[in-house]
Amino acid sequence: MPTPFKKTPHPKEKRIVFQNIDREGWSVDIECSLRNGGYEELKKAVTMKRVDIVNEVKASGLRGRGGAGFPCGVKWGFIKPDEPKPVYLICNADESEPGTFKDRYILHQDPHQLLEGMVISAFALGVHIAYIYIRGEFPVAAKILETAIEECRAKNFIGGNILGTGFDLEIYVHRGAGAYICGEETGLIESLEGKRAYPRIKPPYFPAVLGLYQCPTIVNNVETLCNIKHIVRMGGAEYAKLGRPNNTGTRVLCVSGDVLEPGYFELEVGAVTMGELIYDLCGGMKPGRNLKAVIPGGSSAKVLRAGEKYKIKAKQPDGSMADKEIGIEEIVMDFDSLAAVGSMAGSGGVIVMDDSRDMLWTLNNINEFYAHESCGQCTPCREGSLWMKKITERMLLGGGVERDPAVLKNVADNIAGRTICAFGEACAWPTQSFVAKFKEEFAARATKPLPPPLPPEYTPEELEGEVHAGLTGMNQ
Amino acid sequence: MLNVQINGEWKQFPKGTRLIEACAQSGFYIPRYCYHPKLSSPGNCRMCLIEMGMPKMGADRKPELGADGRPVINWIPRPQISCAQDIAEGMGVRTDSPLAQECRKGVMEFLLINHPLDCPICDQAGECQLQEFSVEYGNGGSRFLEHKVKKPKKVAIGPRVTLDAERCILCSRCIRFMQEVPHDDVLGFVDRGSHSTISTHPNKALDSNYSLNTVDICPVGALTSTDFRFKMRVWFLKETKSICTSCGTGCNTIIGSRQDVVYRQTPRENNDVNSVWMCDYGRLNFHYLHSEHRLKAPAVKGVNGTEPAEWPAAIARAAAELKKAPPGEIAIIASGKMTNEELFLTKKLASVLGVTLHDIVPHYEQGDDILLSADRNPNTNGAKLLGVSADVPGAKLAEIAEGVRSGRIKALVVLGEDSAECGIDKDSLGKLQSLVTINLLPNATTDAATVFLPGAGFAEKRGSMVNVKGRLQRLNQAINPPGEARDDWEILRDLIQAISGANGVYMIEDVFRQMAEAAPAFSGLSLSRIGDLGVQLKID
Repeated sequence: MPTPFKKTPHPKEKRIVFQNIDREGWSVDIECSLRNGGYEELKKAVTMKRVDIVNEVKASGLRGRGGAGFPCGVKWGFIKPDEPKPVYLICNADESEPGTFKDRYILHQDPHQLLEGMVISAFALGVHIAYIYIRGEFPVAAKILETAIEECRAKNFIGGNILGTGFDLEIYVHRGAGAYICGEETGLIESLEGKRAYPRIKPPYFPAVLGLYQCPTIVNNVETLCNIKHIVRMGGAEYAKLGRPNNTGTRVLCVSGDVLEPGYFELEVGAVTMGELIYDLCGGMKPGRNLKAVIPGGSSAKVLRAGEKYKIKAKQPDGSMADKEIGIEEIVMDFDSLAAVGSMAGSGGVIVMDDSRDMLWTLNNINEFYAHESCGQCTPCREGSLWMKKITERMLLGGGVERDPAVLKNVADNIAGRTICAFGEACAWPTQSFVAKFKEEFAARATKPLPPPLPPEYTPEELEGEVHAGLTGMNQ
Repeated sequence: MLNVQINGEWKQFPKGTRLIEACAQSGFYIPRYCYHPKLSSPGNCRMCLIEMGMPKMGADRKPELGADGRPVINWIPRPQISCAQDIAEGMGVRTDSPLAQECRKGVMEFLLINHPLDCPICDQAGECQLQEFSVEYGNGGSRFLEHKVKKPKKVAIGPRVTLDAERCILCSRCIRFMQEVPHDDVLGFVDRGSHSTISTHPNKALDSNYSLNTVDICPVGALTSTDFRFKMRVWFLKETKSICTSCGTGCNTIIGSRQDVVYRQTPRENNDVNSVWMCDYGRLNFHYLHSEHRLKAPAVKGVNGTEPAEWPAAIARAAAELKKAPPGEIAIIASGKMTNEELFLTKKLASVLGVTLHDIVPHYEQGDDILLSADRNPNTNGAKLLGVSADVPGAKLAEIAEGVRSGRIKALVVLGEDSAECGIDKDSLGKLQSLVTINLLPNATTDAATVFLPGAGFAEKRGSMVNVKGRLQRLNQAINPPGEARDDWEILRDLIQAISGANGVYMIEDVFRQMAEAAPAFSGLSLSRIGDLGVQLKID
């Protein structure tokens, strides 16, 4: 049987942020961290000018690792050096995108790397109060962080007059209550303020301008903040050499699904193609099975179909750009390449599906998640996410009518781009892409003529029973 | 002033104008549910999505100009909400482009899929924005084949408000109202997604004195007035612009009536008085008009006790009784609930009778700093201006009471009040040779009256009042007085006529004219000039 989580890095990996994850002899306590060079970069950072740290981050080209891929240095640049209001730093540890499991490793195994990154970032941004908003389903990690913060305080890495520099910083751990929407930065801020996590309308509430308690606030992902430590260590320019231009550094990819050896892989951004990731790093598909589809960046990323040709612009030997057709295996795993083929690098959660998978079942599974997690604030996502789920569920139970695929697409189109936050896109993209890319599969399950028998052929009670019967999700 | 291009035409608006308002002012009303001009904008309903753009910037960071010399607009591909956005220089808006239309249609459909569509039994039907915008932007049929979300249908979320959660479109207007106007943050959402439901905090009720405003601003039939619920289809209601007479604020209202029955009062916008709100106490304080105890016929005291009388006989009897008493032995207790016209005629009655002992009964209770005034008399200022009240309202009541008790006062006129509240007990009333009273409902004074004359309630008459801030406002007649009850000013006029002969007053306008000539505060005004929103008087 394949081991799901490997302790030895694959030769193609470049372990920076994950260098201590699942490492033999590594423990979460601060002593272990200090023995391995922990907080050395903090000691270096506090001797630097704040603006220099921000400039290093800008030079590094680091893009946010939460899902949107916004350049971190640009975000930091929104904070005025002479800001009269308090500036807050929030670590977004609400990792809940299905298929993504990178931050949880850091939180559980290497909290001091995160804390060091946060203290450096806080120092650079003039932050005196920082929060770690941690997903409610990570109770153990929350305790680990609390302990780590106390250890830091004892060593004077957190608290008053840090390392004698006169810089004060408090870091608080705030546990979420189990809502996907709290990962949206303005929803997170509302939740941290003690309200329902309803994302704010942007404009005017760009967090860097009006964030927590209407003060400038930087919200960064766990992995992003960990990278800050390494940018200080290596220098921004050196860090920028990792990966590819505009896609710098390393990224932790979380591969799940129908591969022989799923797990996490820290790779220079764009170091591997989809094919290399699946066949080299993950040991390939299960015996006798073929690749059918990949969701490359967490469940909200648009699905990519195996066998399909993707048009991209490729650099020719003479430097000019030309159109090129590539297969799914040739897609480079970086922000821009995945965007160019119509999907996204997102949160780094790569979900691989083989030919045993029923795409309708898969989409229904995703739709169920988004219908459950829609916060309900704005109309299109609130009503549309549940509607899409009800359609796919009915189709799954054999009640699909001819127009269902078209209605699904139209409902999704009516959500994407019309909501307060990006959840609208997150819940619409799967439906849009699944229905478009697996037309024949959806059409085959939508054969009843219009008008359908009304009232519906099933009662809610029957529906409940049948859903369980249909839960295997396999075509066989 | 900022230049904004709306549907191709350049217009100017002051800085700070909401985009949705700028469009409406230009004749392009954008449908909306969550947006309310008096509340914050959460931008959650997505009904007001429009296409928007900003000036295209040239390399010199200056707007590129088109052939017409105006900035070229760089249209944003994503639709934008117009409710939470202030206009900006050079902004372009398309309220009716294919994208905007498609967005509206989409949102409209989303709002309807889980809505019960129980319009035939819904109180909001006829004044429902969901109905209204479905007509304009909805689809003819539904594509929704699934079961609708089930939610609680009849929740008493407060003593006066009933919630039907299935009808709710989750616009949050009620939540924001309670936070921002009465500052009583009891409402909120529970549950998530399509299952989200309005609720009160655990162990709390929506029992603010302003709770019924949530019913007014609810764009659908989710929040209904428990008092009005299922009483009348709104399209049958005659709407009469009037004012509330339950306190000195004088909130502007619309009286909803049908066939001489008042069914509800709702606030009417007047930014100088009540914005668009009113309190529950004032709003619901009309049922007494239709009380089963309402006195509907004149009555006089005869040898066999009180007996019904015809109006001419009752007026003649009252006039005869009052004429018989020497001026020094008559007193008048009037009311701060009377209109200016009635008070003016009261003063006139006093002068034809030579009465100097007259006053009104003050009614003070706990007020708040929102709308409810501590002065529960709606027209204390009118009574002062017209000289019916003592300088301090009620200052002469003790003297009147003492006069009645001692027997020095032999005739008493009580208008719309109960003398028992002024310390005049039943025995003292019995000593009076004449007790003439006008009222709506029985009390100790009407029981003891030698002549009882049934008057009209606030919704049954026209007239004017001056609120606590000196604003002259108008009452309008919504319904007819019941039975033989008459407009109070007519009763007073007839009484004066019977005492002193003709006085040339035929219409209430004549009373106002005479009043405007006699009282400087009203000079130059007429009943029609008061208008729907009132006039601020120059008084201290």
